[in-house]
Amino acid sequence: MWTWFFQLASPKWFYQFADKLLPWFRWITLVLFLVGLTLGLLFSPLDYQQGNTVRIMYIHVPAAFLSMFVYVVMAISGGIGFIWRIKMAHVVSVSCAPIGAIFTFLALITGSLWGKPTWGTYWEWDARMTSELILLFLYLGFMALHNAFDDRKTADRAAAILALVGIVNIPIIHFSVYWWNSLHQGATISKFEKPSMDADMLKALLTMIVAFQMYFFTVLLQRIKAEILQREKLSGWVKSRVTNLSSN
Amino acid sequence: MYFNTINEFIEMGGHGFYIWLSYAIVLGLMGFYYIFSKRLTKKQEQALTKFYRRMNSRNETSVSEQPPLGEEK
Amino acid sequence: MSQLSSLIKREISVVLKSQSEFVYPLAFFVIVTSLFPLAVTPDPVQLAFLAPGIIWVAALLSILLSLNSFYQADFEEGGLEQLLLAGVSGANIVIAKSVANWIVTGLPLVIVAPLIGVLFNMDWQANWVAMLSLFLGTPTLCFIGSIGMCLTLGLRNGGVLLTLLVLPLFIPVLIFGTSAVQAASTALNYNGQLAILGALLILTIMLAPFAGSAAMKISID
Repeated sequence: MWTWFFQLASPKWFYQFADKLLPWFRWITLVLFLVGLTLGLLFSPLDYQQGNTVRIMYIHVPAAFLSMFVYVVMAISGGIGFIWRIKMAHVVSVSCAPIGAIFTFLALITGSLWGKPTWGTYWEWDARMTSELILLFLYLGFMALHNAFDDRKTADRAAAILALVGIVNIPIIHFSVYWWNSLHQGATISKFEKPSMDADMLKALLTMIVAFQMYFFTVLLQRIKAEILQREKLSGWVKSRVTNLSSN
Repeated sequence: MYFNTINEFIEMGGHGFYIWLSYAIVLGLMGFYYIFSKRLTKKQEQALTKFYRRMNSRNETSVSEQPPLGEEK
Repeated sequence: MSQLSSLIKREISVVLKSQSEFVYPLAFFVIVTSLFPLAVTPDPVQLAFLAPGIIWVAALLSILLSLNSFYQADFEEGGLEQLLLAGVSGANIVIAKSVANWIVTGLPLVIVAPLIGVLFNMDWQANWVAMLSLFLGTPTLCFIGSIGMCLTLGLRNGGVLLTLLVLPLFIPVLIFGTSAVQAASTALNYNGQLAILGALLILTIMLAPFAGSAAMKISID
């Protein structure tokens, strides 16, 4: 079983692995989105306080959750690449960054649009929104730092350090909702308590979270494929692959 | 079903603007990025084809005419 | 330990030779804080309200500016490389530079801040907490800044990139620092915020040297 895991460290093997998985991931993502959106927009109830605006939750919460999840993946894979000097780990890490930035941006925008009709304000500098904004800056900093180096190996390693240093922000975002009782509502999903949400809402929300998750894996694999081709362009298998494709 | 007519669905109890704007931005941006990342592989293959062609033509010229090949990004 | 103390002595002696350089961040701090009464409002009540934030942001920016002088010259002249080759631990270098940076930049800020507070019409309670919060916060900022500095050592546009990288990491310290002073000025309890500042300081001192050392070795290769 472990041989399979170590095989992933080879770019060529990973590329073929990605090619095999992608059709499945694409279809699963599509189906989950269709189901989730139907559940969320049509078959879930209104909130007795917020009315229909609660439907924004079905895209805001998954985006926010993914923004943090992707950062952790980015930091851990960067760390793995740094400590054990595995090229593929750095490829994963660098490919995560733009996707995570997009999720963070979407979380901020939907949060803002949710806030206006519900609480009358587009923005409030409370703990969670502020730390989500910091997360966006961390993603942008990561990409900027990686771009600034001429040598790719140095760039990978420096960016990995930055990602690991910034990981302190994730617990702050997560726990900020408990530490400060300001605009943001308390957590509704917990491992130990029964969720205080309507069952239909919960169904829609969980479906959308998994949909976003599958979307992340799909887009990540697509990015990684392109990144592998770029980095391994001098290797034999890439050359034969590309020249065979162009001669077809 | 929590809506009786299509108009109710679009109106969303008066909050339609915010809700549909959010969904449009999210689905739009995510859809765009999906297509963008899918095309990246193809673009990369095209760029590499050109690159290999240049490398091959360089190999055909005499050694002294070639500029030193450095580590390319 | 003796390696560390001799490294710190080296840093401070280098800075003391160019005496004017260590006055710059302090002068920057005073000038920037003075801009706000001129630009925003001279009204004492409003100034007292804005003071915690202004003092903290100015302190933060002053430290950001001071980072360069501790690393750039050493890096360019090859001093860092020589120290590492001689077997000095990278972590010790980072600690020494951060400590020296704090003694030369942070400590004067802590001492001067209450004077600025008086200019801003802060009451003595808020002033005292401003000193305390800066005392706990500025070393943290120096250490975090060291990490950023080590990451951007060899780069062309290092200065601007440093700002982008380091400011998001500064923000938690900023939030708790200003929160403590604001609590003090409205006669609320500020011990929680100071405790968190202390915790951030300890966490940073423990982890920053290793991150900075790893970053330094990457930049030097």
